Amino acid sequence: MSDRDIELYLHIPFCIRKCAYCDFLSFSGERKTQEAYSNALIREIQAVGNREYSVSSIYIGGGTPSILQEDSMVAILDAIRNNFKVLSWAEISIECNPGTVTAQKLHAYHQAGMNRISFGLQSAHNHELEKLGRIHTWEMFLESYQLARKEGFSNINVDIMSGLPGQTREEYLDTLRKVIRLNLEHVSAYSLILEEGTPFYQMYYNTELNQELPDEEEERRMYWHGRKFLEEQGFSCYEISNYARPSKECRHNLGYWTGKEYLGIGLGASSYFNGKRFHNTDSMKEYLQMSDKPDRIRIEEEIVTKKRAMEEVAFLGLRLTKGIDMMDFEKRFECRFQDVYGDVMKRFLSMGFLAINGPYLCLTEKGIDVSNQIMAEFLLDGE
Amino acid sequence: MAHIDQSKIRNFCIIAHIDHGKSTLADRIIEKTGLLTSREMQAQVLDNMDLERERGITIKSQAVRTVYKANDGEEYIFNLIDTPGHVDFNYEVSRSLAACDGAILVVDAAQGIEAQTLANVYLALDHDLDVFPVINKIDLPSAQPEVVVEEIEDVIGIEAQDAPRISAKNGINIDEVLEQIVKKIPAPKGDPDAPLRALIFDSLYDPYKGVIVFCRVKEGNVSKGTPIRMMATGAEAEVVEVGYFGAGQFIPCEELSAGMVGYITASIKNVRDTRVGDTITRRDFPANEPLPGYKKVNPMVYCGLYPADGAKYGDLRDALEKLQLNDAALQYEPETSIALGFGFRCGFLGLLHLEIIQERLEREYNLDLVTTAPGVIYHIYKTDGTMVELTNPSNMPDPSEIDYMEEPMVKAEIMVTTEFIGPIMELCQQRRGIYNGMEYIETTRAILRYDLPLNEIIYDFFDALKSRSRGYASFDYEMKGYAKSELVKLDILVNKEEVDALSFIVYEGSAYERGRKMCEKLKEEIPRQLFEIPIQAAIGSKIIARETVKAMRKDVLAKCYGGDISRKRKLLEKQKEGKKRMRMVGNVEIPQKAFMSVLKLDEE
Repeated sequence: MSDRDIELYLHIPFCIRKCAYCDFLSFSGERKTQEAYSNALIREIQAVGNREYSVSSIYIGGGTPSILQEDSMVAILDAIRNNFKVLSWAEISIECNPGTVTAQKLHAYHQAGMNRISFGLQSAHNHELEKLGRIHTWEMFLESYQLARKEGFSNINVDIMSGLPGQTREEYLDTLRKVIRLNLEHVSAYSLILEEGTPFYQMYYNTELNQELPDEEEERRMYWHGRKFLEEQGFSCYEISNYARPSKECRHNLGYWTGKEYLGIGLGASSYFNGKRFHNTDSMKEYLQMSDKPDRIRIEEEIVTKKRAMEEVAFLGLRLTKGIDMMDFEKRFECRFQDVYGDVMKRFLSMGFLAINGPYLCLTEKGIDVSNQIMAEFLLDGE
Repeated sequence: MAHIDQSKIRNFCIIAHIDHGKSTLADRIIEKTGLLTSREMQAQVLDNMDLERERGITIKSQAVRTVYKANDGEEYIFNLIDTPGHVDFNYEVSRSLAACDGAILVVDAAQGIEAQTLANVYLALDHDLDVFPVINKIDLPSAQPEVVVEEIEDVIGIEAQDAPRISAKNGINIDEVLEQIVKKIPAPKGDPDAPLRALIFDSLYDPYKGVIVFCRVKEGNVSKGTPIRMMATGAEAEVVEVGYFGAGQFIPCEELSAGMVGYITASIKNVRDTRVGDTITRRDFPANEPLPGYKKVNPMVYCGLYPADGAKYGDLRDALEKLQLNDAALQYEPETSIALGFGFRCGFLGLLHLEIIQERLEREYNLDLVTTAPGVIYHIYKTDGTMVELTNPSNMPDPSEIDYMEEPMVKAEIMVTTEFIGPIMELCQQRRGIYNGMEYIETTRAILRYDLPLNEIIYDFFDALKSRSRGYASFDYEMKGYAKSELVKLDILVNKEEVDALSFIVYEGSAYERGRKMCEKLKEEIPRQLFEIPIQAAIGSKIIARETVKAMRKDVLAKCYGGDISRKRKLLEKQKEGKKRMRMVGNVEIPQKAFMSVLKLDEE
């Protein structure tokens, strides 16, 4: 029997301080909680681990994973290696916030086999960073970045945000230019989204300050100018918000978008496994108590029926620049893509929102701007 | 057989302008005559329906019988017939009045005579009723009972010096009213041994008893087993039960004889057989002539009613069927709209009637409705010499086939204090009114008379009137027949496609203005979509107004939710759910409320 090919996601929910726009599951945790959490993670890894699962990628996200003591992190990775079959060529990424890494930490990460770092930079301008509630400056990022290079990391991503309050297109492009000069491998360029329950939402949603946010037209110009610039610099935009140098695409995220199985380990982490989607409890107390009993912490399980699976292939596939692989769809579901999505496809092709490229169905530039509208139409009626 | 002594019966109604205290006085009379104890009293006993209680108006006629022991030591039977208080139900009012021998005129001591006061008094006098006035709300600080007494004498010309000064709300001087009922309302005098003639003034469908007919026996008598015939509709039946009206209940009795007010049941299945105004006679011993004044009530206002959820069409049909059992004036027939699917074209007595039916459908039958703009019945004279009645704009013949068109007119009386005469005249002119004169009631108040197209007053005329007179103007109208008019059908095109449910008939001179407002309103109501949507107003092939809903520029989630695919799915599902509340017209999604926005063009 061949091994099962899976990905692992590891959630570290701690931050030094929560950013004003962030709605991810995170909070500042005392050292003691952090240690207890690391131990709970290891218990969960031991409980769900299986040596017949070959792990092709590990993504350690947060929160701020780099906040943990390096020995905790190393112990966690060791536990993964002991309980799963981690492939030698596996992509192992860790999210780091500038200002939370030291040479010692980075060295330990590298030693432990991590081979990709994702820095949450967001902007090269300190006044913008301050507004976002980030704890670091551009200069601190530069230092962290150089340290990572020095320790041997040859695959580095930087997260950038556009559409910030008061931000001009020129400022955004300036951030991109500054970042590109560092010669990195990957850029994730997101636009700010006001999420309910965040301080930003309160400040900007339907308030006078809303004026400070770039309008739709300007936001779209930021996106397209930024994209054009990055492409000129040798990056390819392989997903709506993700850019990579050749062969440096984030394999882990590609796995999400192409329907690979993954196990989420840690507080609130989402999984797609055995044809089901579920996530772990959001309660730290529960997690600390029961992480060794995966069945008891997994909630909101939903079965991915054939219909749902088709929908996922469609709406996740459309996020990719190359699009939905219709041949693959037909092989997997044993029916023609046309038979399921013929009408909606025809409609959007004729309106110029979709295009066909060989076996792929993808969004056009015009389609990307309104992609949610298009994707929603790929949800099928009935059960 | 000994019949009831007619000299001890008083059949009367209470007439008043809206809010002058008619229902409250009725409550006091019922209370004082001892039929109900104070504890049993619920405010406004006569208004049965919840809707009536909420709106504070009477929709259907009701009646109640009480017994009053007068100062002369005799017991009198009072039959109080409550009449509908809205112009939509004018015909019902006239039939209720015809069932009475006298009327109490209630006038608000602070407000004085209003348009409906006059309209109702004239109606009562037309029916030869003896009217005596009562001045109500004398306990209000602004009450001027003596001024009002003079006004009644000057304007209406009836004796008012000894009018009881009362407060129905606080029960002041109600005894005086009761005594005057005995003294001033004449006793009925019909021949109890003549052939039966009973006037139907209302009817009610009961699932167990069938139709319950409310009637006033003018001559003859009727009891269980009497074979009866309705003289206008020709329906025949055998009487199962007769009785009179307790408060909120039916009390069976032996017979109803001349002079009495009561009810008859006869296993009749449909209120259409027992039309208000019809005369009941004996089949075996019929009267020669029916009582005067019967006419078939016809709807004046039409609109399309569609279920918001197409699957509820059957439910809507069933609900309309049930409502019609009790409401002979409600008409409906199936129709199909390209935009709204299957629904009904419904006819109503007026806009209030429409609103009441719509509300009842929504509340009692739990239906979510889309209503198209209400319109009146137009007469279209075609070049081939025929005439068609147009109730649905979509059925308008090609202009080349039309010789000319006519629209219904009303004769309106508006009572207003002199300071607002200017603005009100301006309003009437805007609404294409034809000035018919003005009459001063006193130095500060006048009656304006206008002929107005019905179409101009069905939407919001009353609101406009109120806002231009700070609430002081009052208004009454009656139908005046049809008049030639320059009318056109205005079509609305969304993304170049005509939306049939949005078409309406409009006076040519107002077409540009209406068209422009419609386009503006629809632009607000139709959300941005993936492409630019032109909204046009057109008369025939001529575009008279245009707005554009710009294409959606941005709806992209440029954020990474990592492995939380479920969250992404929920977002898309929510988006798709929103679209379900839209109607597809061609490629365009139109929210349901856009179809009703036409009603609110003049609100801003």
